[in-house]
Amino acid sequence: MREELIVAGFGGQGVMFTGTLLAQAAMLEGKFVTFFPAYGAEVRGGTANASVIISDEEIGSPLVSAPDTLIILNQPSLDRFHRKLKKEGQLVVNSTLVQPEALKNIVQGVSQVPASEIAEQLGNIRVANMVALGTYLKIKPVVKLSSVNEALATLLTGKKAGLQEINKKAIKAGYEFSK
Amino acid sequence: MKKLMKGNEALGEGAIKAGCAAYFGYPITPQNELTEYMSKRMLEEKRVFLQSESELAAINMVLGASAAGVKAMTSSSSPGISLKQEGLSYMAGCELPALIVNVQRGGPGLGNIAGSQADYFQATKGGGHGDYHLIVLAPSSVQEMFEMPAQAFALAEKYRNPVMILADGVVGQILEPMEEVKVDSTYHGDRSWVLDGCQGRAPRKIRSLLMEEGALEEHNIKLQKKYKVIKEQEQRCQKQNTEKADIILVAYGTSARVCYSAMLAARKKGLSVGLLRPLTLWPFPVKAIAELTGTAKAFLTVEMSAGQMVEDVKLAVNGRKPVHFYGRAGGGMPTEEEILKEIEKI
Amino acid sequence: MKKVYCKPESMTDIEHKYCPGCGHGLVHRLVAEVIDELGVRERTIGIAPVGCAVFAYDYWNFDVTEAPHGRPPAVATGIKRVLPDRIVFTYQGDGDLAAIGMAETVHAANRGENITVIFINNAIYGMTTGQMAPTTLLGMKTTTTPFGRDKNLAGYPIKVCELLATLAGTAYLERCAVNNVKNIINTKKAIKKAFEMQKENKGYSLIEVLSQCPPNWGLSLKESLKFVQEDMTKQFPLGVIKDIYA
Repeated sequence: MREELIVAGFGGQGVMFTGTLLAQAAMLEGKFVTFFPAYGAEVRGGTANASVIISDEEIGSPLVSAPDTLIILNQPSLDRFHRKLKKEGQLVVNSTLVQPEALKNIVQGVSQVPASEIAEQLGNIRVANMVALGTYLKIKPVVKLSSVNEALATLLTGKKAGLQEINKKAIKAGYEFSK
Repeated sequence: MKKLMKGNEALGEGAIKAGCAAYFGYPITPQNELTEYMSKRMLEEKRVFLQSESELAAINMVLGASAAGVKAMTSSSSPGISLKQEGLSYMAGCELPALIVNVQRGGPGLGNIAGSQADYFQATKGGGHGDYHLIVLAPSSVQEMFEMPAQAFALAEKYRNPVMILADGVVGQILEPMEEVKVDSTYHGDRSWVLDGCQGRAPRKIRSLLMEEGALEEHNIKLQKKYKVIKEQEQRCQKQNTEKADIILVAYGTSARVCYSAMLAARKKGLSVGLLRPLTLWPFPVKAIAELTGTAKAFLTVEMSAGQMVEDVKLAVNGRKPVHFYGRAGGGMPTEEEILKEIEKI
Repeated sequence: MKKVYCKPESMTDIEHKYCPGCGHGLVHRLVAEVIDELGVRERTIGIAPVGCAVFAYDYWNFDVTEAPHGRPPAVATGIKRVLPDRIVFTYQGDGDLAAIGMAETVHAANRGENITVIFINNAIYGMTTGQMAPTTLLGMKTTTTPFGRDKNLAGYPIKVCELLATLAGTAYLERCAVNNVKNIINTKKAIKKAFEMQKENKGYSLIEVLSQCPPNWGLSLKESLKFVQEDMTKQFPLGVIKDIYA
């Protein structure tokens, strides 16, 4: 198994957290994993993105040039990254923020989930990233949901511990949306 | 137990576990997480952290702390490392141990903040004025970012010489699982030169200015003797599939990781390819490369630069086999596919 | 027989290389006397500059390190932070302290490092044979201001004590001179006070000493002493510039 993915969205949409969470979950399962964030001035005033590689074997280059999966949380990220996707790649799109016509010419497997909308219904728009992650994990179970929940408990501690529940709910909602 | 950690932070924790008593630094991307990490952890450990007014000040604070006999370090990225060259030359001249970390970014000038390997010449050939060398280590994973500070301090103290960890933006920024293995935190080597007040002993002086006739030449001869010992005893590298391989890839740091992927891809295609990854860039692993000139048909050096380490590979191969080069400068990253293409061309 | 005068223990027997009439030797001795009197020789670490006083480590009989040009405050910071119970001082000229090392000077002062700075202001670069210093007076001829320092070309002489007095981190700043006995006695008092303050963890102190440089000024010693008295003190008035404990 080897999965290369890019998560992208506005700064503040939790792109880095999504990637870190996935990496943490993969590590808990004993898999090889790398997480490479876009950093510095690059992420300011534009899109933030992060590359994650999960593999059963040692990982060489941590850079992802042709992802197997794209998790796209906003329109500018789609414009920037969709051409990089592998031919047989998987696209998970937050359809609340991405115009349907923008997806017209994209031939790859597209999974649209109104992530922001679902997150808002759950009571916290900021967990849209987790909704999209849930959808992705349903289509591509690269890690188990239980590992992701365990990873949430590791990453959200102290003041943030109270956020574990809403994040879990959002992941579940996204997972169940994709049927 | 494994832990998910960022390269820059792993290096900070590794330095703390290695007994680093004082950190001085000035913010610059892509190594800020290291300075930030130290600002918290060093104070938690009741050790010295100071955000200096410049890289010039930082390296000279390191000079002072090192002269006072503690494990001291600074970190920066390429433009900031240029500023530190003055202090490094003095420290090499005064034979002061210390750890200097360069998380390299694209250059020349302000360049960009992408990972790069364009400071190889500066790191390995002296960098500042005068005939001197730093010992240079090259990590390629978060695990090595954690483990190398202890190795660096040990070498620095053993040889009374500044040691540089030459990382890059990629290995600084990635998160990977790593293990907090136990590292050496003892102070190596003699301390008969430390300035801590002359109680019960003769006063000591630390200086690189030697104006008496012949004194500086004598000092240089002594330094060169030390460098010769280091060259003989401290060459380190990692070899993968190099025995009987036709083509040897030579790469360090992040480009070695891309080469690793390219090597696997090439071997799947039935090509006989191995990888030699220098762990010390100075001293350069000349012996290991020279040994391979018997069995290898060609060498391919891959760098995130316009071609710097390739000169040392050529010196090591010494004309016995062809040495090829592939690199990308200005923050560009060679890809697995590009390297594979270069291998197939040979 | 009662001994009434001798070489301080903090001085070595090495002969000074300073020019006749130079103020450095006087100030070296004052520093050594103070260190002896405070009984801190065995826990003192000095930082020598680049400039005429570059060989200071030969003349003092305690631990001394060199520092790159202008960087003594950073080196002192490094030492003092890891050995806070030692007495750490820098000895710097006007080029070292107020030109190439101004950033290090200002920031060490602003951090309130608990160190002592001895600042020799002779308004000229002596070691490199007489070029303009940041403290060179307007109209003063040097080898790089052959027509006299022109404010339009080279700006104004910097008043270091007054500049540092604006920083909350500084505790004690005094300007002295070594051009006559009265001033020399006062300089020693100031240096002693500065070291005592460091001993008591009272923070950053700097003693600026107006000093004569007869060869590079192109004056006789007598004329030089007069130049300090009449010209330099006009630009750089003597006295306590700041003392937060006064």
